Amino acid sequence: MKAPCYISAAGLVTPLGFSAEDTFEMLLQDNTALKKQEDTAVSETPFYAAMLSEKKINTQFQQLGNPQQYTKLEKMMLLAMAQTLANSEVKITEKTALLVATTKGNIDALDVNSAFDESRAYLPMLAKKLADFYNFKTEPVIVSNACVSGILAVTVAKRMISTGLYENAVLVAGDLVTKFTLSGFQSFKALSVAPCKPYSKYRSGISLGEAAASVFISKEKHTKNAVEIIGAGSCNDANHISGPSRTGEGLYKSIAAALKEGQLEANGVDFISAHGTATLYNDEMEAIAFTRQHMQHIPLHSLKGAFGHTLGASGLLETVIGLEMMHHQTMLPSPGFDELGVSKPLHILLQKQKKPIDILLKTASGFGGCNTAVLFKKVS
Amino acid sequence: MKNEYFISDFCHMTAEEVSVNGAVILKNETADFDAFLKKIYQLQNLKYSKFFKMDALSKLTFLGAELLLKKESSSLKNIQDTALVFSNKSSSLETDRKHQKSIQSNTDFYPSPAVFVYTLPNIGMGEVAIRHQLQTENAFFVFEQFEAEFLQKYTVSLLQEKKCHHVLCGWTEVDGATRHGFFYLVTQKGNIPHTKQNIQNLYTQR
Repeated sequence: MKAPCYISAAGLVTPLGFSAEDTFEMLLQDNTALKKQEDTAVSETPFYAAMLSEKKINTQFQQLGNPQQYTKLEKMMLLAMAQTLANSEVKITEKTALLVATTKGNIDALDVNSAFDESRAYLPMLAKKLADFYNFKTEPVIVSNACVSGILAVTVAKRMISTGLYENAVLVAGDLVTKFTLSGFQSFKALSVAPCKPYSKYRSGISLGEAAASVFISKEKHTKNAVEIIGAGSCNDANHISGPSRTGEGLYKSIAAALKEGQLEANGVDFISAHGTATLYNDEMEAIAFTRQHMQHIPLHSLKGAFGHTLGASGLLETVIGLEMMHHQTMLPSPGFDELGVSKPLHILLQKQKKPIDILLKTASGFGGCNTAVLFKKVS
Repeated sequence: MKNEYFISDFCHMTAEEVSVNGAVILKNETADFDAFLKKIYQLQNLKYSKFFKMDALSKLTFLGAELLLKKESSSLKNIQDTALVFSNKSSSLETDRKHQKSIQSNTDFYPSPAVFVYTLPNIGMGEVAIRHQLQTENAFFVFEQFEAEFLQKYTVSLLQEKKCHHVLCGWTEVDGATRHGFFYLVTQKGNIPHTKQNIQNLYTQR
């Protein structure tokens, strides 16, 4: 029998707030962080994205250290970790892991105009900055698996704790909106001309966002709001490197693996925090996978309409909001949704609802054909 | 804990040569790594045009997997139930620099989706999954250096949780002058016990 594993503390740095509670409160009031941006360092033309002002970050960061010594992403991640460490009251030992989830890390350091050396773009360099700041004693583990990175890191932490290599783990996930990613998605013609609208008839692509999220995972319940990680699966589509499977095979199998491990039936899930990037193919793929799992009646949202697609951070950011929903017994709606724009009916939540969530399913999918599904259970 | 798993095969690929289970199968006569990768491709009698669209990291990953999985596909059961656990130090930085160059100046701005899609380190695993139809667990890790203990334990956890029958592990480093692929297949039978020490020894014996 495997020992249970819990998430018992979290931290967030998002354009909506510098904590999980503040960000959740803003979502409750139907706020979105997606705004028209006119940042010529990122794009010559205006674009919609959810961005954090570095000035605001620096003000917050002053309580931790010198803002000039760290990149924007490092500061965001360190601020998110500070909350997790304070909330969990964990003492970092030789058995505490640091897991860093990111797709592009300090990729802006490659830009000739960056104030930082190009070497800062190496992910181990980013991880070392974070590890040294809080005196981690183990070698940092970086998960860089496209847009499932943040949620896959939860699975990795759980597995590695069960092997005994670590007793507990601090996870941090983060990604930025940069010229690098924006121009890339532009070249794919995947960017929306307005704030993105997941699963909607009138959706026209993704909006990017930036955020950092952090959680503490351990074998013990450190706080009364602890949530158990009961099952996980991460299956590849084996279909296309940049397009989702038309049958939703990888996501379908990931959910099946998570349910099996959690010893649950599909109808045991109370809420789905889905990926929902608002591209035609992704949303359709998800609708097919959820329907194949007989989950079409389960209330569901995508938070991309509030935070944009925060790439490697998204899975963990959306999980932390999910944990807040479980704690507050409140289901948040799917921002930006208008009319159903996928071929299978899904129960997309239009308005917030006061309702307990005992079991939450978090899913994510990404380039390279990757998919991840993780089940969380409220601990009473 | 009893070690129930074995390394059935392993492979090294560098700018100088490619070897399988310690035996060199091809030496690089040129200074051109891409040409060498093409030679390895030809040696395998592959007819897979998508290969030529890949970046160096994906080509390296693809060929390493090809050498080990093709070798095993006749003898190993459930080869389609092989999970992929890959890692490196430099992520996809080599291709990242290429994309960055294409967007550095607003007057000379030419980002290409064919380049951008390879600016993620896990894309090579996706290519392997497509090629061998592996709808399985996959994870890409980045470390300062090769982490035998972590990989050994993560691999065993996948096998013990019955998420897969076999695990193909790989270290795929492409950065500047460095080109190194190290691949090994972890299964239920073989001659080399799947231990941290054996993995580390195989990694260093290139």
